[in-house]
Parts: sequence; structure tokens; C-alpha cells
Amino acid sequence: MSGIEIRNLWKEYGDQVVLQNVDLTIAPRAFIALVGPSGCGKTTFLRMLLGQEAPTRGTITLDGAPLPHEPGPDRGVVFQRYSVFPHMTVLGNVMAGPELRASRLLGRTFGVRRRAIADEAHAMLAEVGLAGSEDKYPAQLSGGMQQRLALAQALMMKPKVLLLDEPFGALDPGIRSDIHRLMKRLWNEVPMTVVMVTHDLREAFTLATRIIAFERTRDRPEERLRYGATITRDILIWPPRSAGKTTIWDADLLPGRDDPTIPGPIAGTTWPKEEPDADAYPPLR
Amino acid sequence: MRLINVRPRRGTAVLLACLPFVVLALAYLVGSAVRLAENPSDKLLPALSTIVQTVKLYAFTADRRTGLYLLWSDSAASLGRLFAGIGIATALALLLGLLNGILPVVRAVLAPFVAVVSMVPPLALLPILFIVLGLGEVSKVTLIVIGVAPILIRDLALSAQALPREQIIKAETLSASTWLIATRVVLPQVLPRLIDSLRLQIGPAFLFLIAAEAISADSGLGYRIFLVRRYLSMDVIFPYVAWITLLAVAMDLGLTALRRRVFPWSELERGR
Repeated sequence: MSGIEIRNLWKEYGDQVVLQNVDLTIAPRAFIALVGPSGCGKTTFLRMLLGQEAPTRGTITLDGAPLPHEPGPDRGVVFQRYSVFPHMTVLGNVMAGPELRASRLLGRTFGVRRRAIADEAHAMLAEVGLAGSEDKYPAQLSGGMQQRLALAQALMMKPKVLLLDEPFGALDPGIRSDIHRLMKRLWNEVPMTVVMVTHDLREAFTLATRIIAFERTRDRPEERLRYGATITRDILIWPPRSAGKTTIWDADLLPGRDDPTIPGPIAGTTWPKEEPDADAYPPLR
Repeated sequence: MRLINVRPRRGTAVLLACLPFVVLALAYLVGSAVRLAENPSDKLLPALSTIVQTVKLYAFTADRRTGLYLLWSDSAASLGRLFAGIGIATALALLLGLLNGILPVVRAVLAPFVAVVSMVPPLALLPILFIVLGLGEVSKVTLIVIGVAPILIRDLALSAQALPREQIIKAETLSASTWLIATRVVLPQVLPRLIDSLRLQIGPAFLFLIAAEAISADSGLGYRIFLVRRYLSMDVIFPYVAWITLLAVAMDLGLTALRRRVFPWSELERGR
């Protein structure tokens, strides 16, 4: 596994250079936050990773293979809005991916196969805190719950890379911190690399293992057309976070042990193994 | 309080909604009474009793010549043509509109053509249809299809294009093919919209139906109205017009109920 490699990437729209000379190697299981001012091309960069847009020059490889120029099931995505299908129930939305993959003609499965997918979907919904809302439509969910649903829907495909385009930007601060906790847990649990575009530096530093800042190096009015943005800062979070292993700063204390400096086995993931953390994920109506 | 903030209560709203109908009925009754007082054989605004007599004759008495109950046989003939026309137009709209809305390649071929065709005044084509297809049912149904389909196609294509791009991308990341995106993501979301635009097309569909029947038919609601026009039989025309209106209103309400029933989520989305 070699992660994502971006070599000498340029993106131009006509005469307008948006991104220039982007070189980046993303390790497997990293959680990358892309930050930068508005219009600096971070969403464009994400779209190229998604395959929604093709680079003008340069290459992107995922695990050594060039990225196809259209979105596919190896890369999941959650947008800020419109990430779920309004005409499907919550359960239908989560089942959509596996059903579409299993049934190429109808996009629906029946009988045993359907039940297997439904079971998996129920488990996934429970994991993101949406148990009990299976029969609702997205319009009946709050913004935060819709984004949880979008995450669940994307994760059902077990993507290698999860791309997030300001997924939590429209949420209230309280809801946002809840969903941050969920996001962190999912990243620890699910073997995937995450690339997230965000405006919120605090969010970037809370979640990411590495922060990539895009900026225009030349921003005088006469230079704007021909000079695009590029990576200006590449910040590794200290202490290093690595997936599946929380640092002592985020560690859950082991039962019966309240001093994190006492050497011992790493406390494991933040995923509550025995019983769900009732405060973190309050039961839903 | 500003007028803009005055909202009628539920009961009041129902009463207010009835008001224009009551006013119209009263105006008719008064006008009819005045004219009949002046000239008892006036045909323009027949008395209510005359109309009731005529309705009885048309709806509940078998015709002496054909043995048919004319109102019902006319309705059956007209509705058959109408439903055939609307049905074919809807099927065309689903196929062409969806292709047009989803596939840029098809859009490049079809969109300008459909846009131009939808500007052809269908009634101007009626003589051609009568000449080419004969005076039978086919030409009447075709007129309805030509009148209704292009607008349905364009509306459906527009609403398919108006779906957020994000949803299509999302479906692609969920491994959907073009076919699956069309059938599982786009189609279910444009169907409620199709039902709404069908509701708007009921009026034009009736227009084309009655125009075709007026010129050449041997039964049908439009045929009857234009037939009795020669005898100034307002006592037939008025009930027929009211009946056609009632049919159209019933279809409108029926389609709305269908949308709510089959696509409950569309009502939720509307409130957002």
C-alpha cells in the first residue's frame, strides 16, 4: 500500500491557473486537512482526487495506479450539502451503495442478500448514532444527522479514501463537536485515508494528522490570472496521531487506571468496546 | 395591522374560497331571471329548471336514435382520447426527457430539436394530421401528444438537470452505473415533478381534445358542444362545460393525491 501520490499537478480553467506545481505524498491511513483562504483551489484539488475533474498537467496515483477520471467506489465522499438521496429513507440511503453494487440491473436486492445488506446497514447506522431513525426521510433529519447519514452511506462501500468537502461547515458548534468525535472514531476504526477540506482551523487541528495549507504565492492583481495557488505549509500534528492508536493526550483511560503516564498497553481506540458512551451519543428519539 | 399580515382562519378561509362560486351562481340566476322575465323563450341564459331537465335528458335517458346515454358515451369517448394522448405523451417525456436531462450527448442532439418543436403551434398542425392520419381517433390522439409532449419533455429534462451535481457524484462513488443513476437516483426524483407538470398540462390537453372533436368526430364532449351550438342550446353547453371542468379538477386533485401517496418524501422536500 503506498497511499496517494500527487506529482507536479496543475489545474487551469482556460487562462486562469488555479493550482500550480502541487507535489504531495499522502501516507495510507493519514487524515489530511486541506486549509486555505476562499478560492485557493482546495475544493478543486479535492475534486481531482474524487475524479470529478481532470488535472491539466501532472499525475495522481492511488496505491500506485493512476486515478480514473471519474468518481468510483474506492473513493467515498461527503459534501457539505446534497450528500444523501432525499427520496430514500435513512435505511435506504445506507443500503444504496451495496445494493447498487450487488444488483446492476435493478439496483435493488431481495431476500437473503437484502437482509444481509440491511443488517450491515443497521449496524452502520447504530455506529453513527442514527439507530431508530431508519424509516425517516432525510428531510426529517437535522443537519448534523444528515451528515452522519452521509458518512454512514459513504462508509458502507469501505472506500480506500474518504473525501470530505467542508462536511461540518454548516453545523452548530455543539453538534459539530459531537460529529468530530464520531469522525475521529470512524477514522480510527475504519481502514481508510481521509482528506478533508475545511475552513475551520480548529477543526483541522482537532481531527487531522497533517495539515496542508494552499495559498497563492503571488497575489497582486496583475499576477492573479497566471499564478495559481500551491502548497505553502505542511504541518504535521505533534504529538503524532496515528490511526487505530490514540495518543496519550486523547487516550481513554483504562479501567482502574487514572494516570496516563503509567506505562502499560495503549488504551486502544476511542471506540467504546463494552458499552456505548451514553453521554457522547445520546439515544435518539 | 398591515393587510399583508392578516391571515384568515381555517373556517373563514373555506367560506372565502366558496365566495366567488356563490357570486357567480347568483349572478347567473339573477341574469337568467331578468332575461326570462323579459322574453320567456330566451335561450342565452336558460333557467336552472331547464338545465336540470336537459341534464336528466342527456345523462339519465337513453337517446332515442342510438340508445346511448349521451353524456356518458361522450365522456367515455373523450376521456379515452385524452388518456391515450396524455399516456403516450408521458411515456415519451419519461424516455426522451430523462435521456435529455442525464446524458450530455443526447442533450446535444435532442435539446435544440425539442425546443424548436415545442414552439410549433399544435393547432396549426391539425389539418395536416387530418389529411395524413384521417379523421379517426389517431389524429385526435396525435394532436394531444404533439401539444403536450414537448413541454413535458423539456420540463422533465430541466428538472433532471436541476438535481444537485453532488447527488450524481455521490451515486458514482456508490458504484452506480449510468443506468442505475438514471433509474434509482434521477427517475424517482423527477417523477413527482412530472406529475406536477402533468397537472398543468391537463388544461392544454382538453383544449386540443375539444378542438379536434369540434372539427371532426361523431361523439365526444367537444363534439356535443359544437353540435348543439347550432341550435343555441345553452342548456346543454353550460352543463357540458361544467362537467369538463369538474373532470379536469378531479384529475388535478387525483394527481396531487397520487404524488403525496407514492412519493411522501416530495411533500417533505417542498417545505424546505
